[in-house]
Amino acid sequence: MTEQSPSGLLCTRKVTKRFGGLTAVKDLTLEVPRGTLYGLIGPNGAGKTTVFNLLTGVYQPTAGEIHFDGRRVDGRPPYEIANRGIGRTFQNIRLFADMTVLENVMTAQHLRTGQWLVDAVVGSARHHREEREERERAIELLRIFKLDAVADEPATSLPYGSQRRLEIARALATTPKLLLLDEPAAGMNPLEARELMDLIQSIRNRFALTIVLVEHNMKVVMGICETVQVIDHGESIAIGTPVDVQRNAQVIEAYLGVG
Amino acid sequence: MGLVRKLAIVAATVGGLFAFNQAFEFGVGDFQINPYYARIINLVGINITLAVSLNLINGLAGQFSIGHAGFMAVGGYAATYLTVFHGEALARLVGGTVMSGAGSVVVMVLSLTVGALSAAVAGLAVGIPSLRLKGDYLAIVTLGFSEIIRVVILNIPAVGGATGFTAALPITNFFWIFGVALLTITIVRNITNSTFGRALGAVRCDEIAAEAMGVNTTRHKVQAFVISAGLAGMAGGLSGQLFANPLSPQNLNFVKSIEVIVMIVVGGIGSITGAVLGATTLTILPEALRTVDQQFPGLRMVLYALLLILFMIFRPQGLLGRKELTDLFRR
Repeated sequence: MTEQSPSGLLCTRKVTKRFGGLTAVKDLTLEVPRGTLYGLIGPNGAGKTTVFNLLTGVYQPTAGEIHFDGRRVDGRPPYEIANRGIGRTFQNIRLFADMTVLENVMTAQHLRTGQWLVDAVVGSARHHREEREERERAIELLRIFKLDAVADEPATSLPYGSQRRLEIARALATTPKLLLLDEPAAGMNPLEARELMDLIQSIRNRFALTIVLVEHNMKVVMGICETVQVIDHGESIAIGTPVDVQRNAQVIEAYLGVG
Repeated sequence: MGLVRKLAIVAATVGGLFAFNQAFEFGVGDFQINPYYARIINLVGINITLAVSLNLINGLAGQFSIGHAGFMAVGGYAATYLTVFHGEALARLVGGTVMSGAGSVVVMVLSLTVGALSAAVAGLAVGIPSLRLKGDYLAIVTLGFSEIIRVVILNIPAVGGATGFTAALPITNFFWIFGVALLTITIVRNITNSTFGRALGAVRCDEIAAEAMGVNTTRHKVQAFVISAGLAGMAGGLSGQLFANPLSPQNLNFVKSIEVIVMIVVGGIGSITGAVLGATTLTILPEALRTVDQQFPGLRMVLYALLLILFMIFRPQGLLGRKELTDLFRR
């Protein structure tokens, strides 16, 4: 299996997802090379979020294969895929509402910590040391996102833009190889979007990440993505550099309709 | 915290409990505690264990289980069975009797361990198939399982069937009851403040996000369920072997489960301190209202219900919400 899988970090082969009579994603093949910033765009309802849900195991594909880091991951449960190294954010922010900012990040570190339940139950010295280390790591991560000052605030008390950044920080706390960002700039003003672009660039370099981005804000997509793939009605219609894609007649038609 | 300090705390706690226990049983000087009050205090201790353990699954993990009485029954009957049928032999091994000295300590420890383990196994058996369900579905399934457990016990003559396990030996005392209550509080608190506890919190807040962050939600729920059931089993073992308080199937029906749920709801669901307060309040309140009953027979439970309704209208988040006593000491 390993020798057959293509060179990219993430590859799908003819992935299809049907919900009853509706085909949300059809024969989608994508190949995301290691270290790239990959944009996935398309009109509303094109199936972008469904693709993310397929990649992260929330949905199982009706047909096709998904390979990540040399192994097949379709059919695996979401927590296992997270374990293999795919982190994600959600289009409609899904922070842990009852928790503080810090706890949100610490919770996501869960799968990388070797903490034993027994240690926690008896409150061993090792447990206390591990807790301290995790707290420090979480605060360090929050510092990168300029959220360390609000670490003890309830996560949902943050302004919208900060909640989006916290979601990215939380996803990073799982130490992913691949980060899936579902409309990270949604609801942001141009200045915030600009800062977000810089942030995405910098975390990619700092954590040696591969990033796939679903986004409607074309300034963001065209500004930072190296490769852009366009899907419409669940099918891939174009792929290339931002400039190529912008000139593609089929893409213009999908977005604006036939004149 | 160093090991030495921890052992010192444990030793001091055991010593303190033992001293209280002696005062309880033999009085201090001329003062002897009213047996009726002593009994209520003991029941408070048992209910604290029940409420705090249920809080792990209902409060922390946010899974609505109404089968706690079932686990209390499994643990209680298993523990009592061990004492009644093998207690004498076990006590003889250390050269004592079931009712006193080293023999009673050995028997009590073993019977509570067996109670906890059998309830934990029952928790595993119930948890694996049912924790894939959510909300009301989970509630109904746990209710069903606890009723099954009750009906099975009802049909085992060796443990007294419908009459209850009246052969039980009264080896439970203040020391064991509050020892187990403190143990339960410590375990649940330590779990809450660990990565495991945070993972359970994530399950409560948002299962999809929790899975995306690598939390195996089903496994965590089952683990929490098993621990919670095991602790309830110990409470059962204590309750069944308390003087003149035999286990009986009709006292372990779903009304008992609801009683425990009411305790954690009144205390503030998710808060350990709240569970302790809720258990204390709701054990004492119906007894305190007995004075009313002497003048107006039957009014007691009406008042009790009315107080609960008023409480839920004016303080729906419970006494403490999600807050803990320890929050006061943080900066």
